[in-house]
Amino acid sequence: MIWHRKHLLDIESLSAEEITLVLDTARAFKAVGERAIKKVPALRGKTVVNLFVEPSTRTRISFELSEQRLSADIINFTAEASSLKKGETLKDTARNLEALNADFIVMRHTAAGAPHFLARVLNASVINAGDGAHEHPTQALVDAFTIREHKGKFAGLNVTILSDILYSRVARSDLWALTKLGATVTLCGPSTLAPRVFEQMGCRVTHDVEEAIADADIINLLRIQHERQRKTMFPSLGEYASLFGLNKARLARAKPDALIMHPGPINRGVEIDSEIADSSRSLILEQVTNGLAVRMAVLFLVNGGKGPQEVAGG
Amino acid sequence: MPDSTLILNALAIQRAQTRIAHEIAERNEGSGDLVLVGIQRGGVPLAQRLSALLSGILGQRVPAGSLDVSMHRDDLDRRAAPNVQPTVIPFDVTGKTVVLVDDVLFRGRTVRAAMDALNDFGRPRRIQLAVLIDRGHRELPIKADFVGKNIPTAPAESVRVRLSEQGAADEVVVERGDRQASE
Repeated sequence: MIWHRKHLLDIESLSAEEITLVLDTARAFKAVGERAIKKVPALRGKTVVNLFVEPSTRTRISFELSEQRLSADIINFTAEASSLKKGETLKDTARNLEALNADFIVMRHTAAGAPHFLARVLNASVINAGDGAHEHPTQALVDAFTIREHKGKFAGLNVTILSDILYSRVARSDLWALTKLGATVTLCGPSTLAPRVFEQMGCRVTHDVEEAIADADIINLLRIQHERQRKTMFPSLGEYASLFGLNKARLARAKPDALIMHPGPINRGVEIDSEIADSSRSLILEQVTNGLAVRMAVLFLVNGGKGPQEVAGG
Repeated sequence: MPDSTLILNALAIQRAQTRIAHEIAERNEGSGDLVLVGIQRGGVPLAQRLSALLSGILGQRVPAGSLDVSMHRDDLDRRAAPNVQPTVIPFDVTGKTVVLVDDVLFRGRTVRAAMDALNDFGRPRRIQLAVLIDRGHRELPIKADFVGKNIPTAPAESVRVRLSEQGAADEVVVERGDRQASE
């Protein structure tokens, strides 16, 4: 399997083989992070622009450290400090960044499809770090990597994604990745946030938490996206917590080896009880560590996808 | 299927690796801290074989690790990304005599990358190089300390080392025609 893509824009267009290649490559990069010297020269002399038009802390930090560990030079560009506030169009901003000879643009944007647009107008490689409620491909790859490390395979695995599905780009990317890899995915949330229309993407939708987690091998909780909801889609956070939050009583009815994931930031006491978040069944901090390995792997592969596709030896 | 010529059969490979093991033992007699590092992928089974042979010759365990050089290659922006294999070096290389092991020595660029990669794990006392086949065409000032067989080749030919660990019987063949992936 050889990687041919210049960009990573979404999971929807990837094949299961491509996803698996990213996961295999990430395994080698995870080992780099466990060494005394955690840096390799793979992107030496390359410039990466982190263009975060929508605020982000953990994804940006994860990308930054990944880029540094690959020896790339980095420019951070955030909406608050940028000329986008002064009325410059996205295309002009991006062209200006490219005039600095940027090789990669890692982009987060409030609008779905913004990274796809950049990929069409620029020569640089574009990596989607989250576009609106559309996709967050690297997070889905992190989740798949973490699941594979613990469960070994995807076939026959039941993954329940419990939360705000409607506004979650992670839910969409996870759904694409996990179903392509052969897992069975169940989506669960209030009917306003987990509409039946998602069944068309090849998964099960339920509004009953107990039922959703009964057979789950992985329970993936996502954050309630307050900021993306136009108006509150459920009466109160307290009601959400009591109807859909993962607490000890609910977890007691799940399989004893079911593991808990959350891409963060977690809302303790809303979607997850503190005790569960800090328990040995929680993979939340492993997801953060794996985020570096997966993002290094993506940058490494996409770098190869830019050049002529000859394969040389020796 | 391109033309292919058998260069070494299983018996000849066995003889060559036994001779290399004795040469490594002789060269490093009394130096004590000897370790082997096989370069992914072809060098890894060879390093394991040499480890077993050397442990027998020297009467002490000579450990073998594996090293992937993909992240240290000098042609990463001129090719598709290589498939990265695991690097497992379960010992400290600092102060040791490290024998790098590969199946084929060609342009020398893989060995250059391997020496850079090894640097991140510590500072060996010395690094030596053992290869089953030296096919010439060096592009860097690199020379093997231990060679199983020198084979004159044309640049367009490819040398394939097949080892039983990967399924088939041991053999080395030279193939003519389009050179393909040799990693």
